[in-house]
Amino acid sequence: MSGFLDNLLNGLALGAVYALIALGFVTIFKASGVLNFAHGSLLLLGGYLVAVLHDDLGFAGALALAVLATGAVAGLLDRLVLQRVGGHDPHAAHVQTIVTIGIDIVLVTDLARRVGGDLLPLGDPWGDAVSDLGPVTVADSRLAAILVSAAAIGGAFALFRFTAWGLSLRAAAEDAEAAALMGVRLTRVRTAAWCLAGGLAALAAVFLVAFPAPGLERTTGQIALKAFPAAILGGMASPVGALVGSLLIGLTEAFVAGYQSDLHVLGEGFGDVAPYAVMVLVLLVRPAGLFAARGAARV
Amino acid sequence: MSDLRSLVRRRGSLLLSALLLCALPFYLDAFWLRIGLFSMAAAIGAVGLGLLSGTAGQLSLGHAFFLATGAYGYVWLAGEPGPGLPPAVAAVLAVLLAGAAGGLFSPVAGRVKGIYLGVATLALVFLGHHVLLTADSVTGGFNGRSVPPLEAGGFAFADSGPRLTVLGVPFGAEERLWYLGLALFALTCFTARGLLRGRPGRALAALRDSETAASVMGVHVARYRSAAFVVSSMYAGLAGVLLALSFRRVVPDYFSLALSVDYLAMIVIGGLGSVAGASAGAVFVTALPLLMTRYADQLPLVATPGSGDGAIGPTEASRYLYGAAIVVILLRAPDGLSGLAGRARARLRRRPPVTGPPGAASDSESSEESGASGASGASDDSDDSDPSARAKEHTP
Repeated sequence: MSGFLDNLLNGLALGAVYALIALGFVTIFKASGVLNFAHGSLLLLGGYLVAVLHDDLGFAGALALAVLATGAVAGLLDRLVLQRVGGHDPHAAHVQTIVTIGIDIVLVTDLARRVGGDLLPLGDPWGDAVSDLGPVTVADSRLAAILVSAAAIGGAFALFRFTAWGLSLRAAAEDAEAAALMGVRLTRVRTAAWCLAGGLAALAAVFLVAFPAPGLERTTGQIALKAFPAAILGGMASPVGALVGSLLIGLTEAFVAGYQSDLHVLGEGFGDVAPYAVMVLVLLVRPAGLFAARGAARV
Repeated sequence: MSDLRSLVRRRGSLLLSALLLCALPFYLDAFWLRIGLFSMAAAIGAVGLGLLSGTAGQLSLGHAFFLATGAYGYVWLAGEPGPGLPPAVAAVLAVLLAGAAGGLFSPVAGRVKGIYLGVATLALVFLGHHVLLTADSVTGGFNGRSVPPLEAGGFAFADSGPRLTVLGVPFGAEERLWYLGLALFALTCFTARGLLRGRPGRALAALRDSETAASVMGVHVARYRSAAFVVSSMYAGLAGVLLALSFRRVVPDYFSLALSVDYLAMIVIGGLGSVAGASAGAVFVTALPLLMTRYADQLPLVATPGSGDGAIGPTEASRYLYGAAIVVILLRAPDGLSGLAGRARARLRRRPPVTGPPGAASDSESSEESGASGASGASDDSDDSDPSARAKEHTP
């Protein structure tokens, strides 16, 4: 039974971190229609900044700076590069999506070169400490991941719901033309969305490389790709869907890894690829994702 | 009469380049031939991806999976352990196998559209990589398998067999494979152009531009999407077979997401929706790292491989270059190399370059192809159809 609870907690922690990433995807997609393939490199950038800065600034200072800096980089990428691509082409968002792949190649190459073959510690305060919660023992880093993610996601939802920016974002996602006519500055709204997503990615990086993961490595950014299934499962344009999708993906991964010995037919390390298997299965049944608006053929 | 002359001229340049390509093995050493081989294999794969992404507007990041299916399919079918079929039969079956794999994915490929398919196909790469690592008995696990040489009618495309010397040049594996690659590449171009210019190409382009309009015109949406996916997988499978023959050993880590992204880079850099563009992009992306590695010591800012952490090695330098190339090309010349070439040719002939959408750059060959360009509409050939209807389509 404790095995089950362990897996459940691991899955929740993992899902919470994926949710940070997936929420970023969805925010960007809602605001700009772009699938951001450079999200992994933003995540790597955030992690790298924390790793480099934590000696001088302390962990909290480094994290704060990394979140701000990554958000700023994301916003600048959108303002300086992406918004200039495609012009008034109705397919501009698709072209911009491919541009994010180019950006990702450049950023990942550069960061991977800097990280090299090392494992960079992030100097987080949790270390390898564990706590006993009744029948289960759980790493402090995981508890922190759940709590911080919950707070950040709650904050993001509050932003969507209660602020003028959130209203603009939702209006722009609903009908960009009408929103623009009502005085919503689309470019500002989408740049702000990119900033938010970048900050969330940097935050997620910290928990992805915390104990029991060994540290930041050059491939850490690839983990962000697992949040793609999460976002797609949710239907891409729905923050709530992204949340549910992330938890589903996190739990799947944790349970498959936890019961690996019973699932050896699937091969070692299937947990790492299980999210993708889940995505394919869901897309087979519901090609538009679980939370997509039903029956809305856009013409 | 002028029609005939232009036909001769066009065929003439084609003939000339074919002759040139056939003559190259007599002058180049194995290093350059190998670059050519990898480029030809990549070009075959890129043409296939161009059909899917450029013409049908379906983004695929699963190309590495189908390359792997072709490569491993050939190795297993022709090798030991495995059925040990005659290699030529195994090669054909491997291509069909890749097509079948694409067909199995068609419930998703037919219904998920555009960039969403890009994410869905991520799954193929990761799941495929996992299978390659774990199914030891078929794939050889992490260390991969060596590739049995292709033989047809007693003639081996390898260093083995009777020594062959043509015009004083010894024909080893590279030279023989070069001609095989050329033949396959020619076949690819021929069939892909046929598809692009014929009914299927028009149906797919219509589908890309407006799903609703296309289906009203009688295009079966899901069937055409799946078909484009299957055909593109078969080209990838063929490329995989040729790659396997050139590498002589297949390992799982080669067929990673980075490879899929490479192929996407090829078609974007080359110009979407054009066979010539995809080939040019394939040569660019394939040859760049190899050339940079070879001449690393003579290039400024580039360190020789293995000179320590933090230095910019040739692989990194080439990745910077083509990552940046994607961004710059989409910013400045959305129709890629083929569009640039078309405009340069137009200028050479002292014709004023056509103003208007860059995708419609007018030139004998490229106009037909780039008319069908723009995955996801990288070119703006939007003006002809109803723009307001299409603007709505992409409002989430």
